[in-house]
Amino acid sequence: MKDFALLFRSLEETTSTNRKISALISFYESAPREEISYAVLYLTGNKPRRIVSSALMRSWAAEEAGIAEWLFEECYQVVGDLSETLSLIIPDSGKSGLFKMGEIVGKVFPLLAAADEATKKEIVKDIWRNMSVNERFLFNKMIGGSFRVGVSSQIVITSLSRYSGLPESVIAQRLMGKITPSADFIDVLLAEETTRDISRPYPFALAYPLGNEPEELGEPGEWQAEWKWDGIRAQLVKREGKVFLWSRGMELINDSFPDIISAAAELPEGTVLDGELLVMLDGKVLPFNSLQQRIGKKSPGKKLISANPVYLMAYDIPEYDTADIRDLPISERRIKLNQVISGFKGDDNRILLSPVLDFNSWSELREIRRGSREMGVEGLMLKRKSSPYFDGRKRGDWWKWKVDPLTVDCVLLYAQPGHGRRAGLFTDYTFAVWDNGKLVPFAKAYSGLTDKEINEVDRFVKANTIEKFGPVRSVTPMLVFELAFEGLQLSTRHKSGIAVRFPRISRWRRDLDIKDADDLQKLKEYLKAISPGDADAGS
Amino acid sequence: MKKDLITVNQNGLYCESGDFYIDPWRSVNRALVTHGHSDHARYGSSKYLCADRSLHIMQSRLGRGAHIQTVVYGKTMTINGVEVTFYPAGHVLGSAQILVSYKGERWVVSGDYNVSPNRSCDPFEPVKCDVFITESTFGLPIYNWKPEEEISAEINAWWRINAFENRACILYGYSLGKAQRLISLLDPTIGKIITHPGVEALNNAYRLTGVDLPLTIPLNEIKDKKGFEGAIIIAPPGAEGSSLEKRAGESETAFASGWMQVRGNRRRLNSDRGFVLSDHSDWKGLISAIQQTGASRVLVTHGFVNTFVRWLNENGFNAAPLETMYSGDAGDDDTAGTGEEQG
Ligand SMILES: [Zn+2]
Ligand SMILES: [Zn+2]
Repeated sequence: MKDFALLFRSLEETTSTNRKISALISFYESAPREEISYAVLYLTGNKPRRIVSSALMRSWAAEEAGIAEWLFEECYQVVGDLSETLSLIIPDSGKSGLFKMGEIVGKVFPLLAAADEATKKEIVKDIWRNMSVNERFLFNKMIGGSFRVGVSSQIVITSLSRYSGLPESVIAQRLMGKITPSADFIDVLLAEETTRDISRPYPFALAYPLGNEPEELGEPGEWQAEWKWDGIRAQLVKREGKVFLWSRGMELINDSFPDIISAAAELPEGTVLDGELLVMLDGKVLPFNSLQQRIGKKSPGKKLISANPVYLMAYDIPEYDTADIRDLPISERRIKLNQVISGFKGDDNRILLSPVLDFNSWSELREIRRGSREMGVEGLMLKRKSSPYFDGRKRGDWWKWKVDPLTVDCVLLYAQPGHGRRAGLFTDYTFAVWDNGKLVPFAKAYSGLTDKEINEVDRFVKANTIEKFGPVRSVTPMLVFELAFEGLQLSTRHKSGIAVRFPRISRWRRDLDIKDADDLQKLKEYLKAISPGDADAGS
Repeated sequence: MKKDLITVNQNGLYCESGDFYIDPWRSVNRALVTHGHSDHARYGSSKYLCADRSLHIMQSRLGRGAHIQTVVYGKTMTINGVEVTFYPAGHVLGSAQILVSYKGERWVVSGDYNVSPNRSCDPFEPVKCDVFITESTFGLPIYNWKPEEEISAEINAWWRINAFENRACILYGYSLGKAQRLISLLDPTIGKIITHPGVEALNNAYRLTGVDLPLTIPLNEIKDKKGFEGAIIIAPPGAEGSSLEKRAGESETAFASGWMQVRGNRRRLNSDRGFVLSDHSDWKGLISAIQQTGASRVLVTHGFVNTFVRWLNENGFNAAPLETMYSGDAGDDDTAGTGEEQG
């Protein structure tokens, strides 16, 4: 655990991709293989589940350190991260390197999960006393369920490939599917030849956002256009009579979507489909939050399923008739995909074919794209007809041409300190729009400003605080920002009556005074324009 | 009620009975100075008194024209009938706690102090007193320093790896105190130690005082990129992001400070690494220092003042805040205050 804790620290401390890769490589060179397997597991998007609530950890740590709760709170405010605060206040015994990841995850975690509160406390405290600050930090992140690290799977793949000399695509494919951490896993992962795992999906082919106009892509005839669905990207694998549904986050999601799994029984042997999971009713795609109700729910009940039926909108087929056909052009793969989907019988087919849109010129396609919001999609996908199903992202072959985000000018009303990287700086903002002469808060946003701007806003917040409510400060309404978002819907939980989706700060409107900020009316108009159905729900 | 021996007025900490100031923030007639950092040793007073181990530093800070009198640690002087004695504070070379005694009452103004060992200056010495004036820069239980040998090993390991790959290391630390301490912790067998002019001026003050520092090469003597390969450059944080990094060619940067204890600060840093090394006491250090004074009253200046006062009062001490103009660790960064340009 010592090596992993040090690796975790070095990864956290650099923003440079190259440094992250070299930190990983030197970790592979020095750490035992079993430790490496845990690092691979946790750095590729798998998160340990929370076994101890943060409230309990807080009180045990304060007790262990012999400090009052109020002092703990003061420390937390300065550090900005709970696991880190816990690890810092516990007196350091100078011990480290006493635990292996395998012991912690394989023995301690199950023990903790089964223990009553008093026993849990004894176990956790005993471990704290026998760990270094770095190890404690990692341990706390894991048992508190807040393990996160600024490393993409791609960085892990690249570092493993450089370390082992195997091509990235081989590593990527071997990493898809379930990882069972052990020294053997690393041996198999890095071995020249490996036995094939029937559940394994292919690395997802990804698209770049189209920065310019489509005219720059050349002849429209060389391109295939589809809707860009707003759901969950997934691969449906059928091999040796078994079905596996994988999300892009490499999670096996069979349990959440039994309706898709049973529909897939009809798929021919040796098929892998790539597509988007969507909730649809009467042929109409429902907003993302209906899908959200299904995502986290393992073994959903009949009621939930019939209220939110899920469909797979398939648009590619990397494997057909047990053969890997990723190198065929998409135009040919599309023919196979048609064959497979048209083979379905019955009237409620849960596996649908994402249509190819007909167009002769870019201006015609631009016209089609205008209908995106009404269709409940995010825009269009443009795929070069000759493109293979490539591994990861490849510039030039697949593009997403999203509709412009909705924007609104709003006023900064509350701020609170961020956690993690920006601990201690005011980075979490609540914005308001006008409603009958009053500013009503309607959205929170964290991202979109540069570091320099964040520092400036931080100073502004400190100098213009009106009131403090815990960590939250209300500030004099003075700053105006343009907020962009992907969609919005009615909400009873929000004061404004509207909830926006994926809000982010698109720019700081230094040129605007707060009286120039937008009115709630603008949001309501957006709402009307997007979902005309909501206005006359009865029909 | 008896009048306090030391009070705060618009000029600084004032002892009326002796008619002198300690670390005044405005020009006064007579200033007793705890140490050379710019928030404590300010330019413009008529007469200064400091520990003799601080003389060369004071001259470099305040200019050769300044009227500076010195006294050795532990020797008592009388000013207008008030006795004053300087004791080592372990913060930077020549740093002192000043004991002020009058009519049997003993007050100690500790300036900035560090109870953990620092091989580049005299160790902190506890002084019994009735009233202890303490800083609280790192007055939270999250601040716990590791022994300097461990930090030394971390820094040298970092330097060694970079030197092995022919990269330069740029290590940022405050020019007075931190820089010399860092230099004293380096292993000169790894490579050249190059110093920024602001740091080198104070290295000289240290050497003149008799502190043995490894050989350093002034930055302006390095003529080409090759000269930086495998070397470590010690520079004040104010030089960060300047032409220095361009000049040094391929390099890694690091910052050494107590603030590096918190990950958020390390991440916000523009440097690649953060080493936790402070010249101020950590949480336990502050408490043990206060305990050892046996003071019946504790006055808390710059830092986490209110938190520390509350903790002291809840734990059997009698404490109150004392409003001053000192700025804690930031005051150690002379690039912001009255800097080398005056020396
Ligand atoms: Zn100082
Ligand atoms: Zn100070």
